[in-house]
Amino acid sequence: MQSVGQVEAKFEHFSQPLLLRSGATLPDYTLAYETYGQLNARRSNAVLVCHALNASHHVAGSYAGLARSEGWWDNLVGPGKPLDTNRFFVIGVNNPGSCFGSTGPMQPNPATGRPWGADFPVVTVEDWVDAQARLMDRLGIDTLAAVLGGSLGGMQALSWALRFPERLRHCIAVATAPNLSAQNIAFNEVARRAIITDPDFHGGHYLAHGTLPGRGLRVARMIGHITYLSDDAMEAKFGREFKSGAPGYSTQDIEFQIEGYLRHQGDKFSEYFDANTYLLITRALDYFDPAREFAGNLSAAFAAARCKFQLVSFTTDWRFSPARSREIVKALLDNRLDVSYAEIAAPHGHDAFLLDDPRYHGVLRAFFDNIAGESA
Amino acid sequence: MSDRSDMELIAALVPEGSRVLDLGCGNGELLTHLQATRRCTGYGIEILDQNVLACTRRGVNVIQLNLEEGLAIFEDQSFDVVLQLDTLQHLRNTESMLRETARVGRCGIVSFPNFAHWRNRVSIALGRMPVTKVLPYQWYDTPNIRVGTYADFEALARKGSLRILDAFGIQEGSVVRHLPNLRASVAVFKFERQ
Repeated sequence: MQSVGQVEAKFEHFSQPLLLRSGATLPDYTLAYETYGQLNARRSNAVLVCHALNASHHVAGSYAGLARSEGWWDNLVGPGKPLDTNRFFVIGVNNPGSCFGSTGPMQPNPATGRPWGADFPVVTVEDWVDAQARLMDRLGIDTLAAVLGGSLGGMQALSWALRFPERLRHCIAVATAPNLSAQNIAFNEVARRAIITDPDFHGGHYLAHGTLPGRGLRVARMIGHITYLSDDAMEAKFGREFKSGAPGYSTQDIEFQIEGYLRHQGDKFSEYFDANTYLLITRALDYFDPAREFAGNLSAAFAAARCKFQLVSFTTDWRFSPARSREIVKALLDNRLDVSYAEIAAPHGHDAFLLDDPRYHGVLRAFFDNIAGESA
Repeated sequence: MSDRSDMELIAALVPEGSRVLDLGCGNGELLTHLQATRRCTGYGIEILDQNVLACTRRGVNVIQLNLEEGLAIFEDQSFDVVLQLDTLQHLRNTESMLRETARVGRCGIVSFPNFAHWRNRVSIALGRMPVTKVLPYQWYDTPNIRVGTYADFEALARKGSLRILDAFGIQEGSVVRHLPNLRASVAVFKFERQ
């Protein structure tokens, strides 16, 4: 299958302050985004793709002269792919607080001229959705054919359906949850403590100190990575294999293959990801809880929604388990909304949402085919 | 669904504009039919991946669930009609499923192969398990783990406090109201909670 080919990031600056859920404001901000395909004359074929923890606006295609620079959802988005860019105008946006081009903690705070660092305001899923909606205004898109996201991106898709019910016709939320469980928040907290207690963190102002809390970020990524894989997938991939074939009786060297893999993932991640962004984004995950304002009643929260929903979960995903998707399905049923739900028996754990299991992609393709029929 | 005429006979039991839950909805054919011809809305429940995909392709709401795990995600009396067509005989928890059907729906409609159809009786009398159009399986590979008859269902409905609103057999695409337990290969019941 083809790729959308070479792509370039675009930037939009917004000078109108963004009022955040915390009560703080983001005085002005820039959003990095990419688009694929053509917006039709009726402006009815736009699909917004929301990113999760460590991804960006670079959803599909690749950058000129940069090897292995395919977008993070390139297997799903492209000509002839399940989200077909021959039919849809697809938009990826980098959320404020992230570290891939949109306004975030690495960039200068206009009040001081120094990097925001730890002073960057706490942002929530709702704040991101509000920022995304302003970009849609700027692009002249009143109503999205669909908003799609997995994991934290799925939370944004759900939030769209609640905050702007008239501005989307379909919501596709994959491997997501109506809020994080205590266990899930606990994993995030371990990751944050690893970063914050790194001596190079300097209260979040490491850039001013000319350091980077790389050790903390590595450990944060390692713990995260464990939770994205299923026990079976890890067993199949690494088992109890020794790196050098036999025990070396060392407490500090890499002994087992899984250790080497996790360290490699941690190293890679710490080279491109910003520590303050990691704190901000895990916090956005923790705070997301649309039922909270409705005394914990998720069905009451979804009373605002109007669009059609497609939910997908993966049986081996223990971080965003099928039971959590079923809670959302129930809330939608209680509101008599159109909803379909596929529970894919994929072995890969949470990571399955980024892979191309044919059952999973088949369902998304079928759903988007129907949307294309309605949006034409 | 054994064939199209059976489907239409059962669709005729569903009031216009009903909110329908179709348990074991297969490829979504009946829901599509009910939406197109009787202005119904609703959802199908399926366990098989290929059926979930087929329903999604048709644009029918489908929820992938294992019916053996119950209908806890559905509120009491939240549907006008709960359909359970050609499904009951595959489920281990037949009795609780019927109770759940009557809880979730204002009325329930079930259909299942009638093992007391005369052809099946003849087959058993001759010493072999029946293999017919409605029961196309051998005894060793059948998914039908609950083997019941039209008369058995009437007894179960009484035991489970279900009021039968309508009941008939289907044979070769025609309704059988006279001696259905003997003359029909498919049993159909419409019922509500007493």
